[in-house]
Amino acid sequence: MFGFLFIIILLFCLAIFFIAKRHAINIKKQNGFLHSLPKYYGFYASLWFSIPTLCIVLLYSLFAESFVTSNLVNSLPENIKNLSDNELTLVLNNIKNFAVGNISDSSSFASIQQAADFYNAQYDLIHSVVLYSSLILGLLTFIYAYRSITATYRARNFIENAIYLLFFSSALVAIFVTAGILLSVLFEALRFFEVINFSDFLFGLSWSPQMAIREGQVGSSGLFGAMPLFAGTILISLIALLLAVPIGLLTAIYLSEYADTKVRAITKPILEILSGIPTVVYGFFAVVTVAPFIRHVGSLVGLDIASESALGVGLVMGIMIIPLVSSLSDDVISSVPQSLREGSYGLGATKSETIKKVILPAALPGIIGGILLAASRAIGETMIVVMAAGLSAKLSFNPIDAVTTVTVQIVTLLTGDQEFDSPKTLAAFALGLTLFVFTLFLNFIALKIVRKYREQYE
Amino acid sequence: MNKSSITEIVNKNLKTRYKKEARFQRYGQFSIFVAIIFLVIFFTSIISKGYTAFNQAEIRLNVNLDYEYIDPDRTGNIEEIRYGDFDGIVYEAFYKLFPKVKSRADKRELRELLSSGAGIKIQRLVIEDISLIGSQIDLWLPLDDEVDMLLKGNIDVDLPESSRRISDSQINFIKQLQEQKIIENKFNTTLFTSGDSRESEQAGILGALVGSALMLSITFMIAFPLGVAAAIYLEEFAPKNRFIDFIEVNINNLAAVPSIIYGLLGLAVFINYLGMPRSAPLVGGLVLALMTFPVVIIASRASLQSVPPSIRDAALGVGASKIQTIFDHILPLALPGILTGSIIGMARALGESAPLIMIGMVAFVVDIPSSPLDSSAALPVQVYLWADSPERGFVEKTSAAIMVLLTFLLLMNSLAIWLRNKYEIKW
Repeated sequence: MFGFLFIIILLFCLAIFFIAKRHAINIKKQNGFLHSLPKYYGFYASLWFSIPTLCIVLLYSLFAESFVTSNLVNSLPENIKNLSDNELTLVLNNIKNFAVGNISDSSSFASIQQAADFYNAQYDLIHSVVLYSSLILGLLTFIYAYRSITATYRARNFIENAIYLLFFSSALVAIFVTAGILLSVLFEALRFFEVINFSDFLFGLSWSPQMAIREGQVGSSGLFGAMPLFAGTILISLIALLLAVPIGLLTAIYLSEYADTKVRAITKPILEILSGIPTVVYGFFAVVTVAPFIRHVGSLVGLDIASESALGVGLVMGIMIIPLVSSLSDDVISSVPQSLREGSYGLGATKSETIKKVILPAALPGIIGGILLAASRAIGETMIVVMAAGLSAKLSFNPIDAVTTVTVQIVTLLTGDQEFDSPKTLAAFALGLTLFVFTLFLNFIALKIVRKYREQYE
Repeated sequence: MNKSSITEIVNKNLKTRYKKEARFQRYGQFSIFVAIIFLVIFFTSIISKGYTAFNQAEIRLNVNLDYEYIDPDRTGNIEEIRYGDFDGIVYEAFYKLFPKVKSRADKRELRELLSSGAGIKIQRLVIEDISLIGSQIDLWLPLDDEVDMLLKGNIDVDLPESSRRISDSQINFIKQLQEQKIIENKFNTTLFTSGDSRESEQAGILGALVGSALMLSITFMIAFPLGVAAAIYLEEFAPKNRFIDFIEVNINNLAAVPSIIYGLLGLAVFINYLGMPRSAPLVGGLVLALMTFPVVIIASRASLQSVPPSIRDAALGVGASKIQTIFDHILPLALPGILTGSIIGMARALGESAPLIMIGMVAFVVDIPSSPLDSSAALPVQVYLWADSPERGFVEKTSAAIMVLLTFLLLMNSLAIWLRNKYEIKW
């Protein structure tokens, strides 16, 4: 239905465009003057037609289903109306399936055929109401627009203002998305904090989010102390940074200070490939290649390394963020003014001395900003840890233990079927909020440092 | 201090300083080497595990499409034929190869060697051409994934019988078949023509491919126009004030928000609040669009900035309005750059799985989605699901799916680079 309406509106728009354009051309022939090009009058008229019609279609898609359903419930016999909510939903689904012709269990009550017919009739009615009302309204506004077309009417200005409004509202979407993220996560997280104390969540030392399925079940109160998750996240991110920062930084220094253009031209794209590999693929790589390898090496030296060890996950995550560190540092290092280098060479310093004593100190704020961005990336990374890190929350800073992270717990809490208002699922949103606030903070600081640094040398 | 003593001091240290210089350079070379080694290990690991998945062990059987099995009442009705005993046909043909096997237990072991996809293959063949019923034909039919693994050398036959999923007598049967030369590794078309399955020899990625394609088209249709429009506003119209600064801070932060948070947004807003269906490409596309939107803005702004102001001034000077200048002059010049950046952003969206898991795209879906509202898988999520499956056969399937995913990413990135090299103007 939706697609059908859309095509009809589109066809009408097209027709109206040409009618209005023709009309404008005729006016120009009569008067010898027209304010805008004829096509603008075409756009003007079709805009007038399409806005009210699209509004009606939008209303239809938002409210039709609930309207028909409530009518349907009212038409049902008393004994069904009095069923519990869940059973009623089941009956309604049965009716709807029956109505669209899917073979379904017709034994639930005798008059299902009748109810389905009622449902279909209601929908047919709404469809014709929507179709005709939108067309009639659209045509009325079109007639208004058509009559307002005169030789002096400024159609181009009208259209340009509309386009400007479109551009402006697109830019506003960025704010809406941020607000949407914040509100949706915050709203659910607040519901979680109604049940669980905020400080218990933030500073609690044990995490086992099992809630009672039945009331009065033993050992089912659920512990929501997120400290082990934070510790695990930080441990894995630290390992990743310990690998990625030296390698990324040295790569960047070599590429920007030593390598000739040929080496640069080959090496840079190769590093880019590392950053283009999907994280789920890194996760698989960690599970099937890196973790068994580390376990094997550990057993050679007599260490019992967990197959989901933080070490393996951290190393793979480190590989993932090497290109991020190296490209950010590369930008910063190449923006250090040439005069600083030349000054240092003039005093007789070697290249490496210049780099270590002049360029790196000058570039340090920018590099730190880059490392912070990389850290925020590592903390928010999901797929690698979901696939290769542990599930049980253990407060440990031992890199060969299996630890779990915030993102792993969000995924485990929200996959599978749960009721949406149990603390268990809401806990995922509380974790999400913590993650969002923390990464936002890191990004904000990092971007500020990088920007300030850039201004310093520009 | 006289001149010669300074030279002496310098000369004395010169050797160690040069050594340090050389060492520092080697550190740099070494770290590049490490990064490249990682990449090499990565690709060898994936490719060596995955290339075998493009082949699948099949057996040539002479099957008798008997009326007794397919359509005992000879109705000729497709609906009747659909429920025929096609497995029976396969088993009958298979038993014939082992005339000595009589006991029930042995027969069961034999049956386990065949894929349940064999009967389905015959069923499809017969439904397509009813006139085949009653004839005898030679067919290549898929074997079970355990057999496939054995033939590819992935099962260690030296292990005790109890710790492998294929028994000694079954290995014996397979040896006999190999001697008759009726087992072969054929190109695995199932991988590209069917949806997910619990049986690894029947699992394919078509459903995930279609799901990803639907999702990406929705993402592109939303994120591209929205992002370009926002970029045009910020570059060409926006005044310098606090509100615009606020928008810019928002955009920069959105580009760095962890992708899983977008998944939470999708779950809370699209699924719980707006009541959209779970695991549907529509919701996935919307979530990915929100994620790609800031990337498109940033790429488009860079591209718009690179159009020299003289073009604007010239257009405005001959009397074009601001909007006309943008649409007729600036946008066409900036478009290659915008497209390049957007395609790279889309490639990233294609590889993204965390937000899709949040909105329930981890469901087990066999059917190939036909509309954006159907339940569907996506390519990276398929990789995640298969990587979690315990059967050995899925390890190579996962690697194969990864290879397909990487191929698509490579194609998109090459397209972006090609566009840039062909159309971008250096001012």
